[in-house]
Amino acid sequence: MTNHWIDLKNSDCILIMGSNAAANHPISMKWVTKAKENGGKVISVDPRFTQTSAIADFYTALRSGTDIAFLGGMIKYILDNKKYHEDYVVNYTNASFIVGDKYDFSDGLFSGYDPKKRAYDKSLWSFKVDSKGIPEKDAKLANPRSVLQLLKKHYSRYTPEKVSEITGTPVEDLKTAYEMYASTGTKDRAGTIMYAMGWTQHTVGVQNIRAMSIIQLLLGNIGLPGGGVNALRGESNVQGSTDQAILFHIWPGYLKASVASLPTLDEYNKKFTPKVADPLAANWWQNYPKYSVSLLKSFFGDTATKENGFGYSWLPKLDDGQNCSWLNLFDSMYDGKIKGFFAWGQNPACSGANSNKVRKALGKLEWLVNVNIFDNETGSFWKGPGEDPKAIKTEVFMLPCAASVEKEGSIINSGRWNQWRYKACDPPGDAKPDGDIMIELMHEIKELYKKEGGKFPTPILNLKWDYVNDKGEFDAHKMAKELNGYFLADVEVQGQKFKKGDLVPSFAFLQADGTTSSANWLYCNSYTGKGNMMARRNKPDPTGLGLFSEWAWCWPVNRRVLYNRASVDLDGNPWNPKRPLIKWDGKAWVGDVPDGGWPPMSDKEKTKYPFIMKPEGFGYLFGPGLNDGPFPEHYEPLECPVPENAMSKQFINPTVKIFGGEMDKHFTCDPRYPIVGTTYRVTEHWQTGIMTRWQPWLIEAQPQVFVEMSEELAKLRGITNGEMVKVSSARGEVQCVAMVTTRFRPFKLGKLTVHQVGVPWCFGWVTPKEGGESANLLTPTVGDPNTMIPESKAFMVNVEKLKGGA
Amino acid sequence: MSGYSILVDTSKCTACRGCQIACKEWNQLAGTATKNTGSYENPKDLSSDTYKIVRFAEGQGANGKAFWHFFTEQCRHCLSPGCMAEVEEDEIVVDEKTGAVVYTPKTKDLDFKATLEGCPYDIPRQDAKTKVLTKCTFCNDRVGNGMLPACVKACPTGAMTFGKRDEIVAAAKKREAELKKDFPKAVALTPDDVRVIYVLKDDPKTYWKYAAGR
Repeated sequence: MTNHWIDLKNSDCILIMGSNAAANHPISMKWVTKAKENGGKVISVDPRFTQTSAIADFYTALRSGTDIAFLGGMIKYILDNKKYHEDYVVNYTNASFIVGDKYDFSDGLFSGYDPKKRAYDKSLWSFKVDSKGIPEKDAKLANPRSVLQLLKKHYSRYTPEKVSEITGTPVEDLKTAYEMYASTGTKDRAGTIMYAMGWTQHTVGVQNIRAMSIIQLLLGNIGLPGGGVNALRGESNVQGSTDQAILFHIWPGYLKASVASLPTLDEYNKKFTPKVADPLAANWWQNYPKYSVSLLKSFFGDTATKENGFGYSWLPKLDDGQNCSWLNLFDSMYDGKIKGFFAWGQNPACSGANSNKVRKALGKLEWLVNVNIFDNETGSFWKGPGEDPKAIKTEVFMLPCAASVEKEGSIINSGRWNQWRYKACDPPGDAKPDGDIMIELMHEIKELYKKEGGKFPTPILNLKWDYVNDKGEFDAHKMAKELNGYFLADVEVQGQKFKKGDLVPSFAFLQADGTTSSANWLYCNSYTGKGNMMARRNKPDPTGLGLFSEWAWCWPVNRRVLYNRASVDLDGNPWNPKRPLIKWDGKAWVGDVPDGGWPPMSDKEKTKYPFIMKPEGFGYLFGPGLNDGPFPEHYEPLECPVPENAMSKQFINPTVKIFGGEMDKHFTCDPRYPIVGTTYRVTEHWQTGIMTRWQPWLIEAQPQVFVEMSEELAKLRGITNGEMVKVSSARGEVQCVAMVTTRFRPFKLGKLTVHQVGVPWCFGWVTPKEGGESANLLTPTVGDPNTMIPESKAFMVNVEKLKGGA
Repeated sequence: MSGYSILVDTSKCTACRGCQIACKEWNQLAGTATKNTGSYENPKDLSSDTYKIVRFAEGQGANGKAFWHFFTEQCRHCLSPGCMAEVEEDEIVVDEKTGAVVYTPKTKDLDFKATLEGCPYDIPRQDAKTKVLTKCTFCNDRVGNGMLPACVKACPTGAMTFGKRDEIVAAAKKREAELKKDFPKAVALTPDDVRVIYVLKDDPKTYWKYAAGR
C-alpha cells in the first residue's frame, strides 16, 4: 500500500476491483464503512457479485482477464473529458516528457520486439534528453511526442463499445463507473483502489496495476490521504517477507540480486546506482552503495572488509537472465534438477498453480522438509490421491513450528506498519519458533563446513550468526536491531557523533565505507536508541486523518503515506485544505513525515521533485521499465474463450514464457473447455486452509469446495443447485458442490455469450475428508512476464454433472 | 423500558460471519457436521449448538442486478416475550438490569412446542439429550460484567452496535430515515417491541422468512 488501512476512511470514492475485500480482508471494511459514512462512494467491479459488491454503491461485472480494457477505457474517458488534475499532471508526473523517436506502438506491439526471444529491447522506449542529459519537456502537453499525447493516442482505441465487447461490461455501466471514479480528479476529492490477487494473478498482472497507477496519477490521487494504490496483502506478514526478500530477484530492502556478469562490488553498485543530471531530482537510489554495503556488513560482520569487497564475492550469483521464480522452480523440480526443498509455512501442493504438477515435482526430490503447525497436502503428498507411496523415494521430514501467538516478534501489514507482538504462550510439544529452527539449522551447517570443508566454505563460516540470547535461543530483539543496523566504529555523520555499537537513527546515516551495518535499510529507524519503535502504542492523531504516527512504526522512516509531497500545491499547501496530510509552514513540513524535508516546489533552488524513488523525480505515466511495454495494453489470457484479441492482432502478452512440458497443457477457445474459470478464497479459510480446515467452527460454516455458476449455465448443463459436479481443465479436475447463483451472469461479448465459474482454492484432501480439493489443480503454468506470478485468475474449464453421483 | 439493546444495521454487514463464530466461541458451542447445499449459509438452522446464523439471501433486484442480503439471525429479546407464555416459575427470566431474556436449565420442564410457537421469530431450540431449551443469551454473562456481547465485539464494520436501549432505539430510527433516502423500503424492525433491532434496506422477506416475524 502507498497508504494504509485506516486511511481508506478518507476516500471519496473507493474502487474495489481485483479484490473481494469484504470476504478476504474483512477488517478493511471497517474503514470502507467509515468512508461511506463520510459520504464516500464504493464501486465494486468483479466477474461475480460478491460480499463486497453487496455493500457497494455501484456494481458491475467484467470477464476475468480484461481489466486493462476496462481501465484503458477509463483512461480514455478521463483524457477525453479533461477530468484529470492538470496542475498535478503537469508538475508531478512525466506527462510533459518528450519520448525518444524510437518508441512506437503498432497493432499490439511496442517497438523493439524480438519474437525469438519473446522480449523487447527496452532501450528504444527512453525519454528524449537535452545536452545536459535532462529529459525534454513540454509543459503545455501539446507536443505529439509528449507522454500525455502518446497516452491519448494509445487509449484512443479503448472506446466504450470496444471495451464492452472485450469485457462484457454493458456500455452504460462503464460510463457510470468511469464518471463516478473520475470525479476524484478535482483538488478537493481523493479516490483510492483496493486490489489483490484478482489483479496480480494474470499474464498482464503488473500492467493491471500500472493501468490503475496511470489513472491515479492523472486524477492527482497519489500521495493524498484517501488516495494511493493499495494492494491488500493476503497474509498478515507477506509485506514483511517481501521486504526481507524471500524472493529470488532481490536482496532485503528491494536491492537487486547479484548476477554473474557483475563479479565485483564496484561493478554491482555502479550498475544499480542511477545517475541523474537534473539537480532537482532527489534520485534517492543514488544512496544504493550505502544500503548494499551496510547489508553486506550485516551478513558478514568483521570478515567483510573494504579489501574483500565486503564479502560481495561470497554471495551466490544468478546467471544473467536466470529466473528462479515459483513456476520455474517447480518446473526444474519436476525435471529432477532440484534435490531438496524446504516448504516453510506454506502448502504448495494446494497453493501452487497447476498443483498436479507441483505434487509430481515433490516426488522427484531426494528430501523435503515441511515446516508447519499442521500436517498438510505438501508434507503428505506421497500418500495423496493417485500416488503410490512405494514408488516415491522422497524422504519427508516434518518440523513442527510455533504459531504466531507462541513467539515474539514483528509483523508488517499491508500498510507497511511494523507492529511488535508478544508471546502469549509456549508452543506445544516439540514445536519451536521458526527463528530457533533456523538458528539451529545454520549452526549445524556451520559445524559441518568447519569439520568437512566443502567446496566453498567461506561464506558459510564467515556468516555472522549471533542472534541468540544467553540460553542460545533465537532473540527477536537482536534480529530486529540487526535489521535496523549499528554503527561499527566511532564516527561523525552529518555533524552528529556516534559510538561503535550505537543503533543507527535512520537510513540517512548509513554509510558505504563499512562503518555501518543494516540488514534492511528500509527498516533503519525501527529500533533505535529511543527503543523499539515497533512496540509503541500511543494514540495521538493530530491531523485527524488516522495516521496514528506514534502507534508502532512504518517504513520508510515512519512515513504513513508515500509520495506525500504530491498532496500539496507548489507552495506546499494541501490540495484539499480539509485533509491536510502535510503542510509547509514556511520553515518546515508539518504533519506526516514528508518524502524528504526539502522546501516546496516554488522554491526552485532548494526543492526536489516529489517522486523521489523515480530517477527523474516524476510519477510515471509512461513507464519504460517493465518487460511488456511502457503503456498497459489489453491481451487475452493464455487460455481464453475468444478466437482473437479484439484490440489487436497480438493475441496474448507477447513476452510471457510458454512452458511446453507434458503437464503444462493449455487450450484456448477449445470446445472441450468453453467456460472461463477463476479462483478465489472465502472468509472462513485462510490461504490453503492449513490453519482453518482443522477448526470445527470454521469448517462447519464453510465445509466443502464449491463451484459458483450462473443460472443460465446450470440450465445449459442440466445442473441443479447443491448437486456434485466435475470442474475440469486441460490439467486437472475438481469435484465440487454446484452453487447456482444469480450473482454470476453470462457475458455478452459482441455476438458471443461466455460463461464464467469460480472455485475456491482453500480445500485439500488431508482434512476434512469430504472437503474436496484445491482449485489449483485446474490452474495453468504461466506467469506474468515481470513477476512470474501465475495466471490463476483467468483460465478455461468445463463443468459437467458428476455421472453416478458422489 | 431501560436496559440495553443491540442494533443490527444490515446495510453495513458483509457476511464475514465473525459474529456467528464469536457466538460459538464465547458460549463454547460445538461445531456441527455440515455439508454445502449450494449456499454459503451454514449450519442450516439454529440448534442447541447454534444460537446465531448469518442468513444469505440472493435474487434479482428491480435494476436487473443481483442482490445479496445478509441477516444475522438471533433472538430478538422481546419486551413482551411470546416464548414466556408457558412459564410458571423461572424457566425463562428477564434480567431486570439488562433486559435480556434468559433461558434457565429449568426450561427442560417447558413444553418445547408451545414455547416455540410463542416465538414469532422461530428462535428457541431444544437440546435433544437434556431437553433444555436454548437460544441467544444476549451474552448476559458478559454484559453483566461490563463487556460487549461477543457478536457485537467481533463485528468489524459496525453493523452490530450495543448500548443503552433508548440510544439504540433512537439510532435505529435515525438510520432508517437515512437509508430511506436511497432505499424507500428501508425499515427498522419494530424497535418498540424488541431489544435486538434490525435495520434493513429492503422488504424483510428478501432477507429471511422470519426476519419480521411469522
